Amino acid sequence: MPETVTGSTESAPPRPASTSGATIQLENLSKSYPGSPTPAVEEVSMDIKAGETVILVGPSGCGKSTTLKMINRLIEPTSGRIRINDEDVTDMDPVKLRRKIGYAIQSSGLFPHMTVAENIALVPKMTGWSKSGVKDRVEEMLDLVGLDPREFHGRYPRQLSGGQQQRVGVARALAADPPVLLMDEPFGAVDPITRDHLQDELIRLQHELHKTIVFVTHDFDEAIKLGDRIAVLRERSHIAQFDTPEAILTNPTDDFVSGFVGAGAALKRLNLTRVRDVGIADFPTVTVEDPLQSIFDKLRDGRHSELLMLDRRNRPYKWLRRGDLMRAKGSLARAGQLVHDTVTRDATLHDALEAVLTDSGGRVAVTGRRGEFIGVVDMHTLMNSVQELLEADRLAAMEHEHDLEELRVHRTEQEQEGGGSGL
Amino acid sequence: MNFWEYVGTRHQQLLTDTYQHASAVFQCMVIATLLGVLIGVVSYRSNWGGSLAITSTSAILTIPSLAAIGLLIPLVGLGVPPTVIILTLYGLLPIVRNCIVGLRGVDPSLVDAAKGIGMSRTRRLLKVELPLAWPPILTGIRVSTQMLMGIAAIAAYASGPGLGNEIFGGLASLGSANAINKVLAGTIGIVILALLFDAAYVLLGRLTIPRGIRA
Repeated sequence: MPETVTGSTESAPPRPASTSGATIQLENLSKSYPGSPTPAVEEVSMDIKAGETVILVGPSGCGKSTTLKMINRLIEPTSGRIRINDEDVTDMDPVKLRRKIGYAIQSSGLFPHMTVAENIALVPKMTGWSKSGVKDRVEEMLDLVGLDPREFHGRYPRQLSGGQQQRVGVARALAADPPVLLMDEPFGAVDPITRDHLQDELIRLQHELHKTIVFVTHDFDEAIKLGDRIAVLRERSHIAQFDTPEAILTNPTDDFVSGFVGAGAALKRLNLTRVRDVGIADFPTVTVEDPLQSIFDKLRDGRHSELLMLDRRNRPYKWLRRGDLMRAKGSLARAGQLVHDTVTRDATLHDALEAVLTDSGGRVAVTGRRGEFIGVVDMHTLMNSVQELLEADRLAAMEHEHDLEELRVHRTEQEQEGGGSGL
Repeated sequence: MNFWEYVGTRHQQLLTDTYQHASAVFQCMVIATLLGVLIGVVSYRSNWGGSLAITSTSAILTIPSLAAIGLLIPLVGLGVPPTVIILTLYGLLPIVRNCIVGLRGVDPSLVDAAKGIGMSRTRRLLKVELPLAWPPILTGIRVSTQMLMGIAAIAAYASGPGLGNEIFGGLASLGSANAINKVLAGTIGIVILALLFDAAYVLLGRLTIPRGIRA
């Protein structure tokens, strides 16, 4: 469930529960460095909608990072305008501007001499929040990024794992509730498994917060996983294609984009749909605290041949088959198969498929934010949804082509008319 | 009279000298630290400025301290003024150098992050760069203090305060009854002071270096 973010407003200065995104417009933004003949970024124009996640993706050195840093003016543009929520910020005091824009970078950028809480409190403090407001906010942010406030509050960054540091980095960026969040390859330095988790977390966060996120990466898979829209950039930040992931996968504009998309577009398509979008089925459960007899009864009454056993915190623990209990001679400790892999509702179908394929029973348990059991997804559901997806894509592509065709016809007609009048 | 009897009879004078020695070094260290960090902060960003600061302070160090203090006497007179000037100048080098090295050694991505979350130039310096550069700066202060302990003895040449008076007094009357005792008392006093100061710095480091960056 998307939780609404509320702070204790009694003591804190009045502030909205949560600021959602702002629009960003880049108009002919260029950056050239003295002594270099070609500009690093040339005439980039881009319209970003409020609450949208836009990914800038491209090969190294294509200027995507420079483009991002021009939005909060860490790099001053040589020419062009930047508008946030229709307000021209190109000449605004950069320090003030940056306090309204969250900024998360690779390797988290946490200050090692400050505790986790001090790091997160930085921006709210600078913008003049009351002491108790800041304190509440820190707890709230830690909770939001899935870290236990009591445990992590007083830790120093070096006492955290890479993934935890990155979470705190995101919490710091969001602490003052900015409408815009800029992320510069934030998950570039963590291992693939943690990166996957962090991406899922970001999707969940964005689901709750609806910020405008501009995210830079060179990893196209990350781009399709996270982006509402993706801008594929070539050198000097020229936009090769700026469209939804579906459109880029099914309809790359040119060889550069299709080269970047790479092989296996159909498999990548699975990254675009989340478990929450397909049917999550119910599954009979028991908990470890249930008396043995009731578990037996449940298995024996014939309706279910299999049960999922949950642990004390409602997390999936073991799959129990009817035969298991018999074979284990009634001892629960030995019976059943441990649950190896679970997915969240924000996991992609790709992840779900992976989990289903490796599970002997052909299904995977879906868990909520704190690991609690929600339901299961099985092979059958996945197959059906994938077929539906591909069908829908085919239709969309046909429609798109049809539109293009019409446009072309329209254009040639106009040209012919224009030519006619000239004669 | 053996050494212990000498210390016993002269302890009043020795304590006063020790106190003055310590106080002179301490006060000059405070001035040198403030000045040194200021020079470091002003110059670390420019290549040229940083090298200028380091070269000019190390140039001061190459002047023999006895010669320097001698040259100062005609300019500022005897006693405290030349002592303070000499100690402060000689104390600068390690502090300036370590301050510049420390500030330049701060991870650029952290400076970038500090800028990116909206810290002003001053706040960045005070909240991020200086705290992170503090361990090397403190090391510089420690080295400086050790050096000044010895140099402060030479201040007695210009009738300055401190244990140098014992040493110079003893050296001047070599052959007389208490000459060796005087030199010994002065030297041992300086060594003890240096050790005490060092212990104080270890404690200061424990108190001022944040736990997150302590080695």
